[in-house]
Amino acid sequence: MRIIHTDIIKREAKRLIYDCSFFVPPEIKEIYSMMLTEEDAPLARQSLSIILENGEIASREEIPLCQDCGSVIFFLEIGQDVHIEGSSLYDALNEAVACAYQKHYLRKSIVSDPLRRVNTGTNTPSFIHIDIVDGDKISLHVLLKGGGSENASALRMFRPTDSIDSIISFIEEVIVKAGPNPCPPIFLGIGIGGTADVAMVNSKKALLRPIDAPHCDPFYAELEERIKVTLNKTGVGPLGFGGKNTVAAVFIKEAPTHIASLPVALNLNCHSFRKGGIVI
Amino acid sequence: MEWIKIQTPIDDETISSLKKGDLCLISGRIITARDKAHERIEDFLKEGKALPFDLKGELIYYVGPTPPKEGMVIGSAGPTTSSRMDPFSEIMLSLGIKAMMGKGRRDETTKKLLVKYKAIYFATFGGAGAYLSKRIKSSRIIAFDDLGPEAVYELLVDDFPAVVAIDSKGDDIYEVKF
Ligand code: SF4
Repeated sequence: MRIIHTDIIKREAKRLIYDCSFFVPPEIKEIYSMMLTEEDAPLARQSLSIILENGEIASREEIPLCQDCGSVIFFLEIGQDVHIEGSSLYDALNEAVACAYQKHYLRKSIVSDPLRRVNTGTNTPSFIHIDIVDGDKISLHVLLKGGGSENASALRMFRPTDSIDSIISFIEEVIVKAGPNPCPPIFLGIGIGGTADVAMVNSKKALLRPIDAPHCDPFYAELEERIKVTLNKTGVGPLGFGGKNTVAAVFIKEAPTHIASLPVALNLNCHSFRKGGIVI
Repeated sequence: MEWIKIQTPIDDETISSLKKGDLCLISGRIITARDKAHERIEDFLKEGKALPFDLKGELIYYVGPTPPKEGMVIGSAGPTTSSRMDPFSEIMLSLGIKAMMGKGRRDETTKKLLVKYKAIYFATFGGAGAYLSKRIKSSRIIAFDDLGPEAVYELLVDDFPAVVAIDSKGDDIYEVKF
């Protein structure tokens, strides 16, 4: 049994929110620099240069990367040999959000009710997903998700006999229809299998994989590449102004499913891909 | 790529000369409004109340900035998705606005209205809020301050970059390619 105090979780959550609100990781900068060398269209080039410069200004002057500082989505994997001490875990995470958003002048974008729409003023509550796993550690991931890209999410329940090609066409349709709205180049999370709800959550969990790590199953690694190549032929381009780079990376998370089901869920993340993680 | 310098309020001649895809640097006064402010303007009109500001000739920027740190004019201030403001296009254009600025596509109705009112739709660079904030020289709330980040601000901008996404003939940069 290992004891972990909620103060430590809170501290790490605050730090992760701060880091991803102001700093673009080097591997993402590298992707955009690479794209810049591939694009010929002036507007595509201009967009990528501005995206890169935006990252420089944000970290140098501590101005948030985007004015939509997002919903805070936490993913925790808690080892079953961990005993959590201190306050309630949910309170600790939400206090971290409220504190970070106030302290770092981040925009508060959460309303307490979807129809009556009053801003809570703290960017809480956050959205928290918890899984219990083996071991005595806690892995804590955070994703800051803007509204523009979240609104482009999609789910389709395919027939089990539908072809992979028809799944790719669906994905292409969603990305083209979303066009400029989710601020491409996007990082695309795909949940395949499970139930409708599991596929949706997996489309976000898929995004937690390190950006440069391929899928561990070669079948899916190949499918990810195929989807990426297809999407980059759509011409949507950086910020939707046209170009060769619509998608920066594709991440699939698959799950067992019912004999009658084949759910496919899509989660689009904008070029301002703000995520972070740590193991405690 | 050549940048076209534009001063607000944008005169009719400039509006008719701008074409889809033109890259502009905008300077002068612009007004911000997003979902809630648009809704409230609509409510004011329905109730027959006078608006606390004049929109004639203005450029409306769809933005909800982050709060400024001490000593700063504004926080991060990039565009939000414009299509959410499509239902208000007729109202805003009939109040005399000459340009809208945000990110992403507009609906067919808005496109037709832009032609009818000889107005223009600019797209600026989504997710570049830190970069764009440097082009904003002053900001003050002129109405609806209870709406927080959704209040109506007057911004003075200098060389604010934007692309002509729909010109006054209704040509649309997002349409051609797909
Ligand atoms: S889609 Fe992403 S980058 Fe674009 S405005 Fe929203 S949060 Fe910012």
